[in-house]
Amino acid sequence: MLLHFAAPFIFVIVAAAFIALNLLISRLLQPRVPSAGKNTTYECGEIPIGSSWVQFNIRFYVITLIFVIFDVEIVFLVPWAVVFKDLGWFAFVEVVIFVFILLVGLAYAWRKGDLEWDKPETGKFARDAAPQLFEEVGTERQQTVQEVTL
Amino acid sequence: MQALAEAAGKFVFFIGLIVLNIAAILTWVERKQSAVMQDRIGANRATIFGIRMLGMFHMLADMLKLFTKEFFIPMGARRFVYLLAPMISLLFALVGFAAIPFGDTLILGGREIPLQIANVNIGILYIFAVLGMAVYGVVLGAWASNNNYALLGGLRASAQMLSYEVAIGVSLVGVIMVYQTVDLMEIARAQGQLLWGWLPQWGILLQPLGFLIFMTAGIAETKRIPFDAPEGESEIVGYFIEYSGMGFGMYFLTDFLETILIASLTVTFFLGGFQVPYLYADGFHFPWGQAILLPNIAVAALQFLSFLIKLIVLLFIMMAIRWTLPRFRYDQIMHLGWKILLPASLINILITAVVLTIIG
Repeated sequence: MLLHFAAPFIFVIVAAAFIALNLLISRLLQPRVPSAGKNTTYECGEIPIGSSWVQFNIRFYVITLIFVIFDVEIVFLVPWAVVFKDLGWFAFVEVVIFVFILLVGLAYAWRKGDLEWDKPETGKFARDAAPQLFEEVGTERQQTVQEVTL
Repeated sequence: MQALAEAAGKFVFFIGLIVLNIAAILTWVERKQSAVMQDRIGANRATIFGIRMLGMFHMLADMLKLFTKEFFIPMGARRFVYLLAPMISLLFALVGFAAIPFGDTLILGGREIPLQIANVNIGILYIFAVLGMAVYGVVLGAWASNNNYALLGGLRASAQMLSYEVAIGVSLVGVIMVYQTVDLMEIARAQGQLLWGWLPQWGILLQPLGFLIFMTAGIAETKRIPFDAPEGESEIVGYFIEYSGMGFGMYFLTDFLETILIASLTVTFFLGGFQVPYLYADGFHFPWGQAILLPNIAVAALQFLSFLIKLIVLLFIMMAIRWTLPRFRYDQIMHLGWKILLPASLINILITAVVLTIIG
């Protein structure tokens, strides 16, 4: 059994050697002229401000969590699919129940809006917290718009 | 020792001669095909002694340029991860080809050589593992660059590739159910059998919905247009924005290798792999009773040619899709992945199970 993976393992080594050879040839041929301007992080020609390792949107993390659940589901489905014809209806019903439980999870995430990527309404939560303030700003803005159009 | 030499020979033949050359030609096809589709002339400047050959020498020029450009590390980057990421990317794009069968058995000097580099008996799981690793190269490279655009590209790539990997996995369960094996060689062999005595049992006929889902998710997995939000040349350039010289070259090669990998997987699962209709180990046996007997070497050559032609046609279609559709918005990409392809592939499993149980 382990011998089955000897060939892929050799393949990995050969592929790694191929990559190393590419890098080596490139290293021998390329010039090395570092300069402060060249080595700066690219930001459309501006001098970059701060680091880019910032907090990112939680939705990417939620998607990864849902992915883990479904990827494990696939791993469970594969052995069932191989022997499916021999097992018949009983195993089929069991798998339907198993997938159904996971689908309830997907439906929950769907309903909660974790699969939505549209921009949420601007300042939705702030408006809930202080509706008075937002109404004032809203009327001011409407007046300005009217003035401009007049 | 002989087995080692055999594996090395197959590696040099399949990877060195076929896959890497197709990857190089694809860089040219991509430019020339777009030019033809958009009524332009396209690449035609590179010459060797005045010979242009439709701009074919541009792929040589591109390669030389990538080799001779400086590969420098930007100041803010994490050196180790920054250097490691493109290597991971390229390594796992190459390793995926180990499980692809490009022909049946070739008998050479009394030895039976299966035309598959590594005969892994859990081929599909191996492919999943390799495709899963592809995400790491992209995300690590994007993070280590310490660049805002790169980080954006990496985040988009992570969520997109993970979403479509689920669709790929679930759509292949239908294929496993039909052929009852996870060995890619066995799947390709099973597609040589006939349905009702005349119809080749190809995956596209038995799993049409699975084929559509796999193709769509596969193109998304390679991050090509219309799913190129992680690269988005006109807005964020991509996760490889800070890479220069060979570092960029490795990501560039990975991009094309992954396209070929997805195309050859589609051929193996759905288009009959290396099968030629009615061709068996000893020659053609047509359903109307006629038979043309062929030596083993001719059969192997025909099978390999059949695999290659299917692969090239599929790649051409994938390239044509690239120049036909505009880029999808990111919310549309995620919507398609989770709300359309995933339920559709689960329904595909359900239909397959019911039909198979009724037929017996």
